[in-house]
Formats: sequence, C-alpha cells, structure tokens
Amino acid sequence: MKNYDVVIIGGGPAGLAAGIKAYDYGAKVLIIEREEITGGILNQCIHNGFGLTRFKESLSGPEYASRFIEQVAKRDIDVLTETTVLSIDKNNKTVTAINSKEGIFEVNAKAIVLAMGCRERSKGALNIAGSRPSGLYSAGTAQKYVNIKGYLPGKEVVILGSGDIGLIMARRMTLEGATVKAVCEIMPYSSGLKRNIVQCLDDFGIPLYLSHTIVDIEGKDRVTAVTICQVDQNKKPIKGTEKRFECDTVLFSVGLIPENELAKDAGIELNRLTKGATVYQNRETTSSGIFACGNVLHVHDLVDFVSEEAEIAGISAAQYALNGAKEHDSVDCIAGDNVSYVLPQKIDKNLSGAVKLFFRVRKSLNNCKVKVCVGDKTVIETKKRVVRPGEMEHVLIAEDKIKSLDGNVTVSIEGCEL
Amino acid sequence: MYDVVVVGGGIIGGAILRELTRYRLKVCLIEKQSDVAMGQSRANSGIVHAGFDAPVGSLKAKFNVLGNAMMENYAKELSVKFKRNGSLVVAFSAEDMVTLSELKARGEENGVTDLKILDADSLFELEPNISKNALGALYAPTGGIVCPYKLTVAVVGNAMDNGADLYTNFEVSSISGKFGDFTISSQDGQNVKTKIIINCAGIGCQKIANLAGDYSFTIGGRKGEYILLDRECENFVKQTLFFTPSKKGKGILVSPTVDGNIILGPTAKEVDDANVLTSEEGLKEVQEKASKMCENVPFGQTITSFAGTRAFCDRHDFIIEESKSVSGLINCAGIESPGLTSAPAIAKFVVEKLVSSRIDLRFNTSFNGHREPTDFFNSLSIEQKNQLIKEKPEYGKIVCRCEKITEGEIIHAIKTNPPATDIDAVKRRTRAGMGRCQGGFCQPQVAEIIARELGIPLEKVTKFGKGSYLLRGKTK
Repeated sequence: MKNYDVVIIGGGPAGLAAGIKAYDYGAKVLIIEREEITGGILNQCIHNGFGLTRFKESLSGPEYASRFIEQVAKRDIDVLTETTVLSIDKNNKTVTAINSKEGIFEVNAKAIVLAMGCRERSKGALNIAGSRPSGLYSAGTAQKYVNIKGYLPGKEVVILGSGDIGLIMARRMTLEGATVKAVCEIMPYSSGLKRNIVQCLDDFGIPLYLSHTIVDIEGKDRVTAVTICQVDQNKKPIKGTEKRFECDTVLFSVGLIPENELAKDAGIELNRLTKGATVYQNRETTSSGIFACGNVLHVHDLVDFVSEEAEIAGISAAQYALNGAKEHDSVDCIAGDNVSYVLPQKIDKNLSGAVKLFFRVRKSLNNCKVKVCVGDKTVIETKKRVVRPGEMEHVLIAEDKIKSLDGNVTVSIEGCEL
Repeated sequence: MYDVVVVGGGIIGGAILRELTRYRLKVCLIEKQSDVAMGQSRANSGIVHAGFDAPVGSLKAKFNVLGNAMMENYAKELSVKFKRNGSLVVAFSAEDMVTLSELKARGEENGVTDLKILDADSLFELEPNISKNALGALYAPTGGIVCPYKLTVAVVGNAMDNGADLYTNFEVSSISGKFGDFTISSQDGQNVKTKIIINCAGIGCQKIANLAGDYSFTIGGRKGEYILLDRECENFVKQTLFFTPSKKGKGILVSPTVDGNIILGPTAKEVDDANVLTSEEGLKEVQEKASKMCENVPFGQTITSFAGTRAFCDRHDFIIEESKSVSGLINCAGIESPGLTSAPAIAKFVVEKLVSSRIDLRFNTSFNGHREPTDFFNSLSIEQKNQLIKEKPEYGKIVCRCEKITEGEIIHAIKTNPPATDIDAVKRRTRAGMGRCQGGFCQPQVAEIIARELGIPLEKVTKFGKGSYLLRGKTK
C-alpha cells in the first residue's frame, strides 16, 4: 500500500497548482491523472489568452499548462498517468484506482484534493426534437478531434450555445476551412467572455442569434439541416420565427458541469447551486481532510483563477496532512438578490487571512451596488459599473472582519438591467 | 445453399436463428443495417409483460405467457440481465378500477399467475413516488425487464458461435425462386440461396413478403418517443407502472431499466415509414403523462430522448405462419408488443412446428446455448480483475469514464460475435458512451480503437454504418 500526505485527483491546471503548493509546504504528494499526460483540458486549448492575469502575458493552453508541468517535474512529486480513480473512502482517506501496470490498487492519504475538472452538458439532456444522426458533437469533443487528433468533424456548422468553448470552436472551425453559419444562444445574453465574442465571432462575421434555440434536427445518417427559432421570456419557441440552415455538423456548447461523480459516490456534501462541494475558504469540504478546487468545485471563467484557488487548496491540504485537523467555527455565505451563487459557502472564523468571496450574478446589470451583509447589518458596499452572468465577480472581506462575524454573510447586488 | 435464411436482425429473427442452430442446418441472418438490433429491438421499453393485456385466445396471449415463463432461464443462459421487478397497472378513476378487475380476469384466463388488486395504501407502500391521485392497481409479480438490444445481440452472437452466418448491410431488393431454391439479392449485388425464408423484418415485413409474392397483409408503423433518466434516479420507481388501458390504448409507462435508468414512454403515433424522429409534442406528451403517473418526476436528470417505430399489422394479432401463397416463406409479422417477451416462445414454435414441417430436423449435438457475459469485467473480484489486467493490460485502461468501461471490454465487443463495427454498436454492447456525458469524452478514443482493431482509417469509422461518418477528413 502506498502512503502519501496529499493525494490529488486530477492532473489538470487545478491539480498541478495544488500539488506544487502542497509539496512546497512540505507534504509528500501524489497526483493521479487519467490521461497520458498532465495538463488536462488545456492540452486541447491551443488558442491564446491564458495567463493574462497571472503571468501578464497571453499564452496558449499547452504553454500555460507547461509552466506548471515544469514546476512539478522540478519537485519530487509522484505523478501517475493513465490511471483512473474508481472510488474514494472519505473516512479512511483511501483512494482506489486502476491502471494497466498495477491493476486495481489503493493509496492511503492524510488529505485528498479533488481536482477532476468539469464536463460539458450533453445534447441528450436538451430534448431537442428531430433525428439523432451523426454529426452532433459537444464543442469540446470537436475541439479534441481538431486540435489533438487532427481531423475536421464537418464543414458546415451551426453552434448551439455561446459558452466560451463554443465561441472558440466557431473561430477554430472557420480557420480550418469550415463555414460556421450561426451561433445561437437561448438566453438574451452570451455566457461567454466579451473578448471571445469579439475575437471569435465578430472578427469573422459569424452571426450570433441571442434568444434563439434549435427546434429541429434533420438528417438520417448524418445531420443535413437544423431549424432555429426565437424564444420568448420563458424560453418557449415563438412560432413564425423559424430559420433553417443546411449543415453537416451541430456543435453544442450548452454549459459545463463539475464532474463530481466520485465525490457524490463518496458521500461528500455537494452544493445545489454550484454542483460542486460545499467548502470553507481554505477549500476544505465538509468532509474533514477532503479539499476541492478548480472546475470540479465551480466552473471558472479563466484558468488563472483556477490556479489561484488550487494553490489555496494545496496549502490547506498540506497543512491538514502535516498539522492535523482543526475545529471549525463557521458562518454560511448566502446568495442574495440577483446573485446565483457565492463561494466559499462557509467562512471558518478560526482561519487566518482575508477572504475573497466569489459570486456570479443572475443577469446583466450596470451601475451596480454590491452589498455584503452580516445578519441584517451591511458591512461592505462597493460599486461596479457592469456585471454579467458570464463573468465571475468577487468581493474581499478583510481579515479583521472575519473574527468578529456574528451571523451569516449575504452577498447581493442591485443595478439597472442592461 | 442455406437451409434457412432469416431476414431481419431484431429479437424475433435473432431468437429464431439461435433456435435453428440447435439442429444440423446451414443458416444465416441478413440485416440491412450495419448491426443487429437496429429497428424496434433497439428502441422499445424492454418490458417482459406478464400477459394480462392480450385478448384471450390470441397468439399474443399464448406466446406472451409462454415467453414470460421462459425468459428467466433464457436470459441466464445468454448472460443477459433480466429482472422480475413486477408490473403495476394503476387506476385513477372508478372506471379504471372496474377495468382492473376485467384485466385480472383476462390475465387469469390467459394463464398469468399471482395477479392481485391492490388498494391505494398498499400501492403507495410499494411505490412512494406514485401520484396521490392513484386509487389502486393491478399487481403482476411476474412482469419483468430486460435490455432488448443486449438480448438481441446475445441471441445472434450465440447463434453465430454455433455456426450461423451474419450478413449486415444487406438490404433485400429482390427474392426469386421457390421453396427449396430461393435467391435473395441485395441492392448492391450480393446473393444468398436458401431453401426456406423466415421473414422477421419488423416494419419491413410487408416489403419482404411482397418481394416474395405474398400480398396477404399490410404493416404500419407506430412511432413511440421515450425519455431516459440518469441512473442517479435508479430507485424512483421499482415496478413497471402502466396506466389502465382505455380505448385510446395503453398509454405511456414509467419503468426502471435493467441497467438502472428510468425510462418514460412511449407515445403512439402512426407513421408512414420507419421514422424515428423525436418531436416537441411527443416529448411534451411523455413529460405530461409521466407527471400524471408520478409526483416530482426528476426530468432534470434526462440524459437522452429517442424514438422507435413498432410495426403493427391489419390483423391486430401476431402473424406467425407459413405463407399461404408462397411455400417455404414463413412470416413472423406484426410482432408488436408483447413481441420481446414472446420471442423465445415464438422461436421455438417457428422452428419446431413450422420449419420442421418442411425440412427434417436433426439435433446438432455440439450446440452450446451458453454465451459468456460481455460485461463480465465488472462482475469479477478485484483479484480476478488484477489477474486479467496482468494478462491483458487493456483491461486496466478506463475509456468511458461515466460508465467505467475499459479498453479491454471495447476490444472484446469488436472481436466477439456479432462483432461491433461502429460507435453505436460498441455503445450497445459495452455501455461506453451511454452515461451522462453521452460519449463527449470517450467517442474519439472509441473511434480510434475501432479503427485500429478493424484496420481501417479513422475517417471510415461511423456512428451507425452507411453515411453516418464521424469526420470529414484531416485538418489543414
């Protein structure tokens, strides 16, 4: 049986950053990765724009990943690739995994970091009417075919969903010679970053249909056409607004979901709003000694923020492994008006340091006022010019305020609808 | 020259093919699609009916009750999962309660055992999620569930292991000759010669009969749409729940599947062709009716929706007989529900009673009806798994993360009868790609394994044969 201080599940950006920090704190670290190499989904993200916040330069996905892979290689961190974790025992902190060399085996940890990332919501979940031919791909699958395997899935494309991967793939397919006929988005706003709408759609003249969805898919063997339709406020199609596009490919970019099957099976408490674990500000879940970070915790806009969060989890996991468990004395963080979620969901008053409260808004607003209340007392009030559901916001609670928290913390925002 | 050619690779054709290999006969199955179980055996509810539904004295009633009794051993021999989970016909009105008594009496006359009428309290105890508007139910403990396409793959695979041939992508375009010397030709110029033809072409039965010169029946299509929920909903219902049948038909059902999903459906809409399009109205109807049957149906856990077309014939009963106009042509037509349940009994009858009246049957002493399970990996102990991984490292490599399917299992599906040659065929055999990501992560890897094992370029791999290619060439 192998023994480690910290076992990290997932060798993507979150797992790598957590591993480096845990090691530097003095822990013996193992990273378990199911793919052949570490780096996670960044390996297929060959476009640039990564690292602007963290490194003040624009890197490609593989370049961003390599900065961390190199740091891991410099340290005595064990990395098992092509190894899939099958289950976690949250009480004994045992991880059961499988690979071709060792078969099924167990690893003992003092602390575990969940860093499994997220997956795309599948088209199947959407109940779109019509046929189920070949040529319907999630944007990420198409990205893998194009960027990793070197194959073009199709030549005439309609994209449903304006999440970042969908936008990036609109540009990528265009550069590979495909025609992207439309990107439609059921919401009245894009969930992608503003810069991606400009650089991936506008610059290539690709039309974005907001408040539109696909209502019919045609084609027996391979998709031959789709019909899109405008939707009303309740997302119901408005008759008479149909537009038909002939195409051989439909890409779906309809949301990301933290991949928490392992956590769920292990009985770790998950949050309904984020679909990730419920955590304290040190990213410890409510299962003692189990930490979570990156997109398995909540879906981030930028990998730079994933790295930042993973470093918190990495240090905390090492502290737990080396110094033992600490009592929690916590208050809850609650999503108030116009806020869809707040993370961390719990603030532990025994932990030192300021707390960066991340939150997402429900709708686009301008001239906004962000309010943080403790109980019914307003403790912070700041202004934001524009907020959008596609972009994560945060507010800082200073260290001196943490100790004296005497009620639950509610984050709310008010402003004019855009 | 074959002794018998079975046309149509659904559960009926497959079960008959397997039954034929018990005897010293040269037999084959021809199927127009790239795999077996591509028609109504792919998209149906997977219910092993108890047998109270069919009219007394009908072929449906006879084969249903016989097939139900055979299914447990049948599935066991073929290593296919079968569960006798019981069925409930739920009443929502006083009129329905009267119908339940009639159904019970009919069932008993058909030979169904252990039927019981439950009051509302006993019903809620069995099924806590059932609508509080329910008044009672007919409980049939002999009702069960089985995976229709896995059973079809298993019967065909076992028949092939016992010497039967399989021709896929063989769409019949003409039939000539007569009993003892038929020639069946395909659109692309393939021919097979046979003494006897068994027509099990499902929705295509009329076409096959017509090509052979038999115009005695017509077949229509009835489309059914389904919604499938994630395995996380596994215990939402335990029994198969039916509405009380009315003049409008049986309505939709809410049932667990043997793999632990929840299936909702089907609608019933008559269509002109084998149209398997889902529709907005159809899916809405499924949702509305499921919500009438149960409280708080977890629609948020939908992983896919699909449609299948069931054949039905103008005689309103199964047609299982030798053609009156074409000797040597045996028609198994209009096999709608409860066809899956009836399949083992129909197969036995067709071979022992119909085929035997045309050719002498002598036992094939080397027949082995046992088929090794294809999903054996998960049933092994950890020690056994580790031993296997040592011998075949591909069993240590998880390809489908949602269903935890290894590369070894995928290779096994490609190399075992009937061989899987495309993405969907691998999915039906192994469940790779059937989980909540619906193949988003594993499809490129499964495609590469298929290409490698079959020795074809990646561009030639399809989703389900013919023009369902995955890729349009290499990138720049």
